[in-house]
Amino acid sequence: MSEFLFLYRGGDSSGSPEEMQQTMHKWVAWMKELGDSGNLKAIGNPLEPGGKVVKGKQKTITDGPYAEAKDMVGGYTLIEAKDLAEAAQLSKGCPIFEKDGFVEVRPIMQINM
Amino acid sequence: MEPRVFELDEHFFRHESGRIVAALTRIFGVHNLALAEDVVQDAFCRALEVWKFRGVPENPSAWLMATAKHRAIDVLRRERTARTFAPELGRLIESEWTLAPVVHELLDAAAIQDDELRMMFSCCHPRLAEPAQIALILHILCGFSVGEIAAAFLSSNAAIEKRITRAKKVLAGSKKLFELTATDFSGRLSAVHRALYLLFNEGYHGASSESAVRTELCGEALRLAGLLRRHPLASTPSTLALGALMCLHAARLPGRIDAAGELHTLFEQDRSRWDAQLICEGQRLLDLSATGSELTEYHVEAAIASVHARAQSTEDTDWARIVSLYDMLMAIRPSPVVALNRAIAIAQHQGPEHGLETIRGIDGLERLAAYPFYPATLGELELRRGEPTIARNHFCEALALARSPMERRFIERRIAACQNDSDVVLMEHVSLRE
Repeated sequence: MSEFLFLYRGGDSSGSPEEMQQTMHKWVAWMKELGDSGNLKAIGNPLEPGGKVVKGKQKTITDGPYAEAKDMVGGYTLIEAKDLAEAAQLSKGCPIFEKDGFVEVRPIMQINM
Repeated sequence: MEPRVFELDEHFFRHESGRIVAALTRIFGVHNLALAEDVVQDAFCRALEVWKFRGVPENPSAWLMATAKHRAIDVLRRERTARTFAPELGRLIESEWTLAPVVHELLDAAAIQDDELRMMFSCCHPRLAEPAQIALILHILCGFSVGEIAAAFLSSNAAIEKRITRAKKVLAGSKKLFELTATDFSGRLSAVHRALYLLFNEGYHGASSESAVRTELCGEALRLAGLLRRHPLASTPSTLALGALMCLHAARLPGRIDAAGELHTLFEQDRSRWDAQLICEGQRLLDLSATGSELTEYHVEAAIASVHARAQSTEDTDWARIVSLYDMLMAIRPSPVVALNRAIAIAQHQGPEHGLETIRGIDGLERLAAYPFYPATLGELELRRGEPTIARNHFCEALALARSPMERRFIERRIAACQNDSDVVLMEHVSLRE
């Protein structure tokens, strides 16, 4: 088994209260599914929308994440899967796609020392 | 590792939205309603982000309120010089020493209990037409978005948006939320009754053909009527009668529209699908409402529904009693629709000729011209009288007036019945709404 990081990018979380409740239920159900199939290594965390970017040799500090709002990372989850193809397949169940967001699937580098 | 799964009540977000918006509006002042709504939206977005990963917390309601409270304190701190807030806050928000404690105190669970009620009364402002009051209640207290209200009422988003925006302006102009100790309390309470009654009717008789939408509207009306009952000042005999009427009708809803979205009249309904628990609760409230001297239309309508609920079948129904109750209703709140219902009961009691004759004598019959169940009733009575050709013409007229695919399919079934005149049913008591 290898490990992968799901980065949740973008996705509109606004909506009517009823829609928000539906969205929440879908996420909880999806996470549970990943847990039940043994693919959930660590559920991860949501990230605050704001932040600072420190950049350059001058180490200038500016407000906000580097990415465009629509590509901003909103949270992450650690996944276990056979290979990258399976990890990508697993991400398809993520409810973020209904809200115009996307999942970035990144293999965690295997280090054998 | 997995989120702990605490189940949320159905429509939890919607109901909490109403509760917290009402509480924050008291603190911010009703002129800052939009600000209160923004704070609640923020708190909900945050809940969504966190709960996605962590699951629903053990006390989600307190979690949301605490989050909203923090946001509210931020807003008050940031805007205390730019805006005016509720006079109750006074100068207490000027100092960091008093700001947070006063907000905590004002958002105490006991303090916010009345807020939803005060918001409900505020939404029934006399300057607002009834449809605007209902839209406002659904939007603010029930957390429906403009799109959801438009879908429930088969209206356009733009029309509902306009209605709500105007209504909010009137609400904002009222300076503060309605006081439950105000001298015009009883007058406003009648307006609240009427709005909740109409909201319920929209669910029960309205244009939407989705049984889920109807159940939700009826469910909201029941919930808000329950809030009224829990308050000592608002729990009057007419409030109890209104609750009885809603329970007794809602009990029949599972029989009225089936899972496939087909409408069934009272006469064809499978009575085993009626909700026995709601019938019990309705009867209990009806008994409790029989105090005091005031006899309202809600008492009479609940009494009619109670006669139906007790009957095993249409044949077993005490139609004489129903006719006399309709006589009473005509004396309290006469309308062509009530008169039409009375005629249906007379037809059931004394035969279709009597029913048709009664219909011909209805005052203001022209006001029913656009109502599909008026020609449909004529059709049913003609069919029962053995006049399928005349009946068919009436049903065709009704078909042209149908407001939804569900009504259309229902009337088409009746037209088909005119061909093989065996399958005779009579209309359920049609909407009492004018």
